[in-house]
Amino acid sequence: MEVLQEGKGELIGWHDPDEAREWVLKNKSRELKDKTMSAREAVSRFVRDRDFIASGGFGHIRVSMAIIYEIIRQKRQNLIMAGKTAVHDLDILVGSGCVNKVEVAYSFGHELRGLSPASRRMVESGQCKVVAETSNAGYQWRWLAGMMGLPFIPSRNLLGTDTGNFSSCKVVKDPFSGKSINLVPAACPDVAFIHVHRCDIYGNAQIDSILVEDIELSRCARRLIITTEEIVGNELIRREPWETKIPFFVVDAVVEVPYGSHPCEMPGMYYYDEEHIAEWLRLSRTPEGVDEYLQKYVFSVDNFEDYLELCGGIKRLNYLKRREFLREPMTAPWRKEG
Amino acid sequence: MAIKGIAKGKYNLREYLAFIGASVLEDKKSVFVGTGLPIIASMLAQKTHAPNLLVIFEAGGVGPLLPELPISVGESRTYHKAIAASSMHDVMSLSQAGYVDYGFLGAAQMDMYGNINTTVIGNHDSPKVRLPGSGGANDVGSFSDKLIIIIANQSKRTFVNKVDFLTTPGYLDGPGGRERAGLARGSGPYRVITQLGIYGFDEETKRLKLISLHPSISIAEVWANSSFEIIIPDEIETSPEPTEQHLKVLREEIDPAGMVLGK
Repeated sequence: MEVLQEGKGELIGWHDPDEAREWVLKNKSRELKDKTMSAREAVSRFVRDRDFIASGGFGHIRVSMAIIYEIIRQKRQNLIMAGKTAVHDLDILVGSGCVNKVEVAYSFGHELRGLSPASRRMVESGQCKVVAETSNAGYQWRWLAGMMGLPFIPSRNLLGTDTGNFSSCKVVKDPFSGKSINLVPAACPDVAFIHVHRCDIYGNAQIDSILVEDIELSRCARRLIITTEEIVGNELIRREPWETKIPFFVVDAVVEVPYGSHPCEMPGMYYYDEEHIAEWLRLSRTPEGVDEYLQKYVFSVDNFEDYLELCGGIKRLNYLKRREFLREPMTAPWRKEG
Repeated sequence: MAIKGIAKGKYNLREYLAFIGASVLEDKKSVFVGTGLPIIASMLAQKTHAPNLLVIFEAGGVGPLLPELPISVGESRTYHKAIAASSMHDVMSLSQAGYVDYGFLGAAQMDMYGNINTTVIGNHDSPKVRLPGSGGANDVGSFSDKLIIIIANQSKRTFVNKVDFLTTPGYLDGPGGRERAGLARGSGPYRVITQLGIYGFDEETKRLKLISLHPSISIAEVWANSSFEIIIPDEIETSPEPTEQHLKVLREEIDPAGMVLGK
């Protein structure tokens, strides 16, 4: 195939398909075994400095916040993060100095709430590097190729643009149509973390919402940490196998964390904690404010339950539940913040 | 000059732009929406003249009946009473295959061919301002049949000769540009909405062309607020104005907290 153009972005997380397959054969156990552990143990076992990491869900939705805070608490360094519409998780990981390279589809913003002061400051001052650009579908299909054990997936986006020029894609002449077509390279993150509604002790997980990229991400990641609102019996999984969105053999750790997406949304359970997000957006305007936030919510507590207490405990969580079901009015405290 | 209704205090600019955005959308079509005003415009269309508008969100929400303004294009509101709660692979694939009539995006900068930038202001590797990047925008601009762009602050700095970074494809370098790059034949930018007017694209040159001016806005203002030359046809329409009902739906049903529309 004739290569017409090569993106100049750094190729992150790509492996030769034979090497990728051999890694899976050697390292991913098919044994149905208990994988439950604490967030502390999961991070200490599976997240290493310089890893390429990816977070499931989307933006502020269904995010493994317990793992994000634990990575900061354990002071991992030089991580590369998939900016696949990564918002609060990425902002706080870049702001805390754990992540210093990002491949960006959507990053450094909080959607309607505005831009992210902390991670933008790190990028604009050169402390965090954008190593490649892509789009959401571009990232999505990097996972898809990884999941399929293929070196790339052809696509008809990113063509003709700087997003494509700064990506790690290549444009070739399609041997069938004779037209230019984009090739999205496969990606296998070293470790991914995905928050789910329920899961058994082996890692068989159910998700009661849109799946975003998690089918593909869960299967292409080399190591996968599942955090779950609750642990359920294996018989429940077997009673409705069509509900299994992630099977146990791709999972390395299962961490039970009720309300584990806070301050992000857990669809059908609790809404975003806008007050908390506004506090982060306000504090993160300065490096000192970032330190203050981390000291208060990450370093002064050693587990997620204590963190939830700091955030207002059961009273706050009950409010967020009512908010999810439209029984409380919308608030936008970050709007007043300017 | 301000738009007449704004000068009279009947509505604000964001409300007006949401109304104009809605007016461009047709019933029984599909629209792939980005964050903010595009969602509001689609909700308003759905609650007024286009009840069967099929709204699609990039993270997997398909055909919701939106109860209130979602803050994110991936939250549970985006599949409230929906046809399907699906996945990004599903909706992006469907879009690539031709199921999306309208794409609807906001932008920081645009050139005369409708190429848009949402990635950086300044140089990519040492940016003056780092913006969020493509997100789903490059996909929406590549896959939708007709792309609608909202830029609330048309000026020489937003209507530029060359975008600092070409995030999302318009007509690229002009006629045939998209096809040469390998993008879907016949697809491309369709309407651009700003605080001054509604624009389309000249069929032959693929350059931005004025369609209508908002009430009380002059052509001189259009010229004064663009770095590139805009094609001005002989016949220019006046953009429509929202009714009380439109404003009531916007204020009471869609964005009562004033997140996007303001208070």
